[in-house]
Amino acid sequence: MLDRRLIAFGAVVLAGAVAPSAAAGDEEIPRTPSGRPDISGHYDVGTLTPLVRPQAFGDNLYLTREEADRIAEEERKRMQAEAQVSDPNREAPPEGGDGSPGAAGNVGGYNAFWIDRGTDAFEVDGRFRTSIIIDPKNGRHPPLTDAARERFAARRGFFRANTGEAWWLEREGPGPYDDPELRPLAERCLLGFSSTGGPPMLPALYNNLKRIVQTEDHVMILVEMVHDARVVRIGGEHVPASERRWMGDSIGWWEGDTLVVDTTNFADRPALRSATRDLHVVERFTPMGRDHLRYEFTVEDPNVWTAPWSGEYAWPRSDALLYEYACHEGNYALGNIMRGARLLEEDALAAAGATDSGE
Amino acid sequence: MRLGTSMFCRFAVAAVAVLAVAVAPLAAQDFEPNRLSDGKPDLNGIWQALNEANYDLELHMARAAMQLREGPHGPLPAAEVLNFGAVGSVPPGMGVIKGGGKIPYTDEALAKRNDNQANWSTRDQEVFCYLPGVPRATYMPQPFQIFHSENAVFIAYQYAGAVRDIYMEELKPSQVDSWMGTSYGRWEGDTLVVDVSGLLAKDCAEREGDMPGCGGWLDRSGNHYSNQLHVEERYTLVGPNHMHYEATLTDPMTYTEPWTIEMPLYRRMEPNARLMDFRCVEFVEELMYGEYRRNPLPRMRLVD
Repeated sequence: MLDRRLIAFGAVVLAGAVAPSAAAGDEEIPRTPSGRPDISGHYDVGTLTPLVRPQAFGDNLYLTREEADRIAEEERKRMQAEAQVSDPNREAPPEGGDGSPGAAGNVGGYNAFWIDRGTDAFEVDGRFRTSIIIDPKNGRHPPLTDAARERFAARRGFFRANTGEAWWLEREGPGPYDDPELRPLAERCLLGFSSTGGPPMLPALYNNLKRIVQTEDHVMILVEMVHDARVVRIGGEHVPASERRWMGDSIGWWEGDTLVVDTTNFADRPALRSATRDLHVVERFTPMGRDHLRYEFTVEDPNVWTAPWSGEYAWPRSDALLYEYACHEGNYALGNIMRGARLLEEDALAAAGATDSGE
Repeated sequence: MRLGTSMFCRFAVAAVAVLAVAVAPLAAQDFEPNRLSDGKPDLNGIWQALNEANYDLELHMARAAMQLREGPHGPLPAAEVLNFGAVGSVPPGMGVIKGGGKIPYTDEALAKRNDNQANWSTRDQEVFCYLPGVPRATYMPQPFQIFHSENAVFIAYQYAGAVRDIYMEELKPSQVDSWMGTSYGRWEGDTLVVDVSGLLAKDCAEREGDMPGCGGWLDRSGNHYSNQLHVEERYTLVGPNHMHYEATLTDPMTYTEPWTIEMPLYRRMEPNARLMDFRCVEFVEELMYGEYRRNPLPRMRLVD
């Protein structure tokens, strides 16, 4: 049972990280000259704990120390194995890939050099967690609304693994590669994936650094991926409803030593998967000792979920600085994806033509 | 309403004072800025240049378009920009080069600038929404916000969501090049001095095929730098709502000597001033990828 749960844990994980020390409690936190908690600095939010709890854990929010050690060890071994030097004499993969999910497959690409999702499950209040979501109790999203269910059902099968064939030609309606607007936002360098910039800001496969600069009336959170700067106006009011933003409009206030950030006014496609422009996110940043923040969030979107849902995880401080994430400036992928789809369509039409003339 | 003498006098005095600030910013030494608890002038706020520097750093007359071609009686707008009419013309500018004059290019670099200018629409990184580099980010015609605390100076630009973290520590060689460079800051009295190096300057003209990413232009006139550029910026508050900005550019690959631009920066005074979204990446998808749509929209074909 233990094994199966841990395997599920590792497999579902899409993010990376670090266990903050159990500290907190009475430890003194850094403060600004005006006496507010000083949350400025760098954080690495990667964690092996997934957003959504593997079903095998049921309502259990906590991992045992042994389970957490095991997860860290599995990841360490996996990364070590992936970091092995390749055999320079190996055969080239077959044209079109070998069908595996790795670098020789379709499309693969991220090897151990890129992946940086942390080394451990995260700890809150000295206990390791099975998921970031804490409400509902099962650590999973609440049920979808009927409208959302219908919407998603209509899109089922729209995105598929690349088979090397223009399968969408045999399907009614638009294909997934018809236009850049149909591609995921991260592929277009408009927002990072896995809601890394959010809000809510969630851990991702890599580039999990955050840079916070805090002044008396603003908190700026730079998200490493796509160099997205979230500007939180302290004590401000939301902008007019007609002003929409990719990452929403964020205002904040202090409740004791907790910074509360309220975000609305999203554009049509927020970073959070499935969410709509009516998304409303409340985040809470609380320093827990000198070494990490507790990051809590509640998400509401009446177009998608039948109830609000909430999560929390640790943001450990880090010494690492951010390197410029110039996504658009290095985006070979989007053009090649579009061109590739056109070539596959040409192949399909040529094959159909050959069949026709052969008959 | 009749303008009273005293009011007129006050107006005149104010006008003279403003003029004095504009002409000789360093003369405004009497100005006492708001300060942070560490005594440094408080640079927080939303700022913007109000000039024509992004069109052309040098003194320039108005011209018909950002890209010109030879006409029967003089230069005319190039076919690529013809449809923009007067909207696509270049407003005149007094130039922002300190002491006047022109950029001290090497002969080769000057030829390249002129060639750049003749090919603006396919070479300026702004056309492709690529990061603007430094110092161009400062005088893009959009606001930027400085976040300044006792332990940080950080600049977020509205254009393309560009950002710079100014490391307030001893100058080190940049470890790796980037489009916005690596910035180290220090205070000289009440002036924030920022050393910027490690700037990428991949020439858009030298791109192969559809290779993405290029930059290294200083304005829409093709003025340029190499990846050897070192910029020393100086930010000085000269009034509650004005900063004096200078940037000295040293790049032996491109210029025969260091040269300096200077301009006032203005605080955005709207009570609700804020950076808004300008994610131009989305706006250039049709330009960059439109021809690869399954059903491409009509595109203007230019005849050579």
